[in-house]
Amino acid sequence: MTPDPVIAATSARSPPTAPAEERIGSRPAVEVRNASVVYQTADTPVKALSNVDLRIGEGEFVSLIGPSGCGKTTLLRVIADLEHISDGTVLVNGVSPHEARLARAYGYVFQAPALFPWRTVLGNVMLPLQIQGGATAQSRAIAMEHLARVGLTGFEGKDPWQLSGGMQQRVSIARALAFEPRILMMDEPFGALDEITRDRLNEQLQQLWQRERRTVVFVTHSIAEAVYLSTRIVVMSPRPGRIVKVIESPLPDERHLGLRDTQAFMDVAHQVREALADGHFE
Amino acid sequence: MATSSKPAPPPVSPPGRPEVKRAPLGLSPAAPSLPAQGGTGRRDLASGMGLSSKPHAVGERGGLVSRAWEQGLPVAVMLLVFMLIWYGGAWGMNATGAVERVLEPSGNPWNWQDLLITTLNMERPVLPAPHQIALDFWSSLVDWPVDSPRNLLFHVAVTGETTLVGFVMGTVLGLVLSVLIVHSRTLDRALLPWIVASQTVPVLAIAPIVLVILGSLGLEGLAPKAVIAMYLSFFPVTVAMVQGLRSPQVIETEMMHTYAATRWQALWMLRLPAALPFLFPALRVGIAASLVGAMVAELPTGATAGLGARLLTGSYYGNTLAIWSALVMSALLGLVLTTLVALTEHLALRHRRQP
Repeated sequence: MTPDPVIAATSARSPPTAPAEERIGSRPAVEVRNASVVYQTADTPVKALSNVDLRIGEGEFVSLIGPSGCGKTTLLRVIADLEHISDGTVLVNGVSPHEARLARAYGYVFQAPALFPWRTVLGNVMLPLQIQGGATAQSRAIAMEHLARVGLTGFEGKDPWQLSGGMQQRVSIARALAFEPRILMMDEPFGALDEITRDRLNEQLQQLWQRERRTVVFVTHSIAEAVYLSTRIVVMSPRPGRIVKVIESPLPDERHLGLRDTQAFMDVAHQVREALADGHFE
Repeated sequence: MATSSKPAPPPVSPPGRPEVKRAPLGLSPAAPSLPAQGGTGRRDLASGMGLSSKPHAVGERGGLVSRAWEQGLPVAVMLLVFMLIWYGGAWGMNATGAVERVLEPSGNPWNWQDLLITTLNMERPVLPAPHQIALDFWSSLVDWPVDSPRNLLFHVAVTGETTLVGFVMGTVLGLVLSVLIVHSRTLDRALLPWIVASQTVPVLAIAPIVLVILGSLGLEGLAPKAVIAMYLSFFPVTVAMVQGLRSPQVIETEMMHTYAATRWQALWMLRLPAALPFLFPALRVGIAASLVGAMVAELPTGATAGLGARLLTGSYYGNTLAIWSALVMSALLGLVLTTLVALTEHLALRHRRQP
């Protein structure tokens, strides 16, 4: 809990748009080697994650998908230093998750927006910048820019309850991106929203990724969402939580919602569905 | 947070309490609601104007009148009934004294009407009639200068000063204690039982001791009285703030954790603001308790000033009217003080209102 003044990964304001081929294979943003998480319960230890290996390159959009209890959220929380592994190694930007967190290497979007009702929309986006200790005027300008990037210019003075659920979640994405982390972690961010809102936010998130090419680790239980967004889909299975299959998406980087009706899209979705079924009946 | 059994609560959350639910005790803080609606049907990320929800309900004037009628009528009826009972009580309770001290010594014959008028206008009645109290109250305000001990405002100033100083001291003490308790499991165990036990000792028993001890240290006048007022007012603040500082949800503490916020930042930016809806009801209770403490503290000092002292001298001399006037004045003072706190609450939390 000691404050760390070292702020890495915040310098690059305008991220480079690397070609798709170069993305993977460069420095890994996240490296998980043989990681296991065991919970000690009253009677028997429960294996939430079992011998997970995963390497996420910079600029990738990786979805973790699987049924409830497959450990996808646990894996994300381990990478984010919200939980600790019992065995194995996890590296984020080449350092431990703890150091990466103190260096503010990632932004985390939760299932619920978790906006503070005592702050305005702008105040909520400024929160991480204030924690980081930035000057107020500068923080304000940065926060305004991030609100613009999620399409919420004009809403900065509103109180959170005045916004719809989808808008609130967009504010929380702007907040997670406030200090320009190179990695964005999202834990079922659109799970509580209706499908129409969800589709639109998916499209906006995809465009955001195309523009800025941050590394995104995205937890979901929606096949369509995973296929639409991801460059790589990690299919997981419960009891014990493990990776059953990793699917490279052949879809182009530039996507639109209409893509979901194409054969290529349905093929990938089919692969995911098969992998999920395999994991389930194994 | 999909799985249910999660060990290792995040370091910013209080030890041993990974999940504290909001809004127990009816102190309902504003939890963010999610009006999950897809009102903004546009595809472009950059565009996005116009609110999808209309949060401001239009205030209706007609509704206000009918509300005043609906709420005012029962109160007025109760007031009428109460007054009738009071006058009846005054007549009944003062009848014996009226006959013995006024009507019989005069030697004249008297009927029931004389008795009624006498009972409601006696100099030292057992139970004064409301209009007598009102007159005495009014005369104390207008017939004497403000710095005279005969003027109730003089006593209000004395008691009010003690109350406010004690209230501020109690609030600060309560805040400090609650922050310590929330951040240290040891202090939680060590302090909380003593804090609860402290309130089981009657303030009347504590007051003389405090006065003696502080008096021996050379502290006289305002300070010992404020300490006694503080003794009563710190408790509700402490208890409510312990609850309020623990009210942030797991997701909120974890979010602060992902930003690598320090304990101090988590306290200042999350816990304290989240605790405000818990603090204000406690402050309302606390300021009323502080007033009680201030008045009780005036009793054993033999103080000549303050509403408590006024009550005491009134009872010494059997001046029931003075007692009742002081009582009404202390009730008004309590009302004004709690209203001030309520107004502050309204201002401080006005942005958190839900539609």
